[in-house]
Amino acid sequence: MSSTELRRTALDATHRALGATMTDFAGWDMPLRYGSERDEHVAVRTRAGLFDLSHMGEITVTGPQAADLLNFALVGNIGSVKPGRARYTMICREDGGILDDLIVYRLGEAEYMVVANASNAQVVLDALTERAAGFDDAEVRDDRDAYALLAVQGPESPGILASLTDADLDGLKYYAGLPGTVAGVPALIARTGYTGEDGFELFVKPEHAVELWQALTKAGEGAGLVPCGLSCRDTLRLEAGMPLYGHELTTALTPFDAGLGRVVKFEKEGDFVGRAALTGAAERAASEPPRVLVGLVAEGRRVPRAGYQVVAGGEVIGEVTSGAPSPTLGKPIAMAYVDPAHAAPGTEGVGVDIRGSHEPYEVVALPFYKRRK
Amino acid sequence: MSNPQQLRYSKEHEWLSDAEDGASTVGITEHAANALGDVVFVQLPEVGDSVTAGETCGELESTKSVSDLYSPVSGEVTEVNEDVVNDPSLVNSAPFEGGWLFKVRITDEPADLLSADEYTAFTAG
Repeated sequence: MSSTELRRTALDATHRALGATMTDFAGWDMPLRYGSERDEHVAVRTRAGLFDLSHMGEITVTGPQAADLLNFALVGNIGSVKPGRARYTMICREDGGILDDLIVYRLGEAEYMVVANASNAQVVLDALTERAAGFDDAEVRDDRDAYALLAVQGPESPGILASLTDADLDGLKYYAGLPGTVAGVPALIARTGYTGEDGFELFVKPEHAVELWQALTKAGEGAGLVPCGLSCRDTLRLEAGMPLYGHELTTALTPFDAGLGRVVKFEKEGDFVGRAALTGAAERAASEPPRVLVGLVAEGRRVPRAGYQVVAGGEVIGEVTSGAPSPTLGKPIAMAYVDPAHAAPGTEGVGVDIRGSHEPYEVVALPFYKRRK
Repeated sequence: MSNPQQLRYSKEHEWLSDAEDGASTVGITEHAANALGDVVFVQLPEVGDSVTAGETCGELESTKSVSDLYSPVSGEVTEVNEDVVNDPSLVNSAPFEGGWLFKVRITDEPADLLSADEYTAFTAG
């Protein structure tokens, strides 16, 4: 794809003025890093980082039947989400394969915002629209162009945000969202993120994005806030053991294969897309455990990458889904699906085939990193 | 970013110094270092190895990817930079100085190495 065809966020000129290295991410021209991605990673772990995530796909579902539609279309029990709260969930195919992982925010009594990955936003929009056919009192609206999304992540983020808003941030729990005003700009303030740190995501109108970015930058100056690109977002989520669609999650896997069967709520009322296949997948997972998503920590310095084979005793026993040098651990880390026999933390003799040489790796439980609360 | 005038450059983004005590120093350019991002692992040839112009002789691993290291000339490796093996971030912080990679006694060099100005134009394109 040539760069002229890439979509640009409302903050494009801001990123270029900051000297960002840009990258094509799901058809969007996004900041990969501004300076050192390791420094940006460390800033989020220890201070604060500011992200442009406007590539994420927002879809609004409204109407008296909005909850019913989402309960039918998604695997989670969206009907049980209270106004002002959010839920991590998935949308599956009829055969149980994962189409995307999502966060659903309940904005009002009969108003929900579904946030999809940029790479899947069209697929999710199409699926929701198609699945809405039997729900006359629910409307699915493409709101991808209605929002810019900024995230402030890291231990200093509550203080930085508090200096710009009267909203009750102390009362705003993890996976909750409330409408408010930040730096004079109307925003949906959500306590969510993808970094393993405390933090906020701010959904605003695109025309307010630059103003809000500048206000956050200024408010964060004293606290050491830095602009952060997608490169460090990937290492942050990897350390936090969070799956990424296209890596840990694909249409070839059901939530049960990904170790995330808990997001499937069979007990909810009514049918939902994938119920029959997922019931079978849950039974298979119980009787014949599939490969397990584990963490791997390198003993050496060579970095495992997605697609590399995991080996033990001369046999291929799994495959790496994501790998990177971990700034926090100071060692290469990876997530990998491995045969259950080799999945227990501390399993001996596991390695990764790194371009022909078998490098030793320690099997660990996920996540690699958990913040102190 | 300015590429030192006294060096020559390959299209694979290595730089090469004039010989000093019979050996030339090789590193990667600032342009290449910036494109890689933070370098976290460097695998270099060993002292005594023969390297061939345009062929891989090591690898550079960054947060996002792994890249082959190409030798800009043919010859014998006389010294490798242990500092950069221990602290690969030198490739990013001082690509033309402390981040040098190895020294080579040249037996043959390709005719198409670039001057600083030619390399600057090459990377601007």
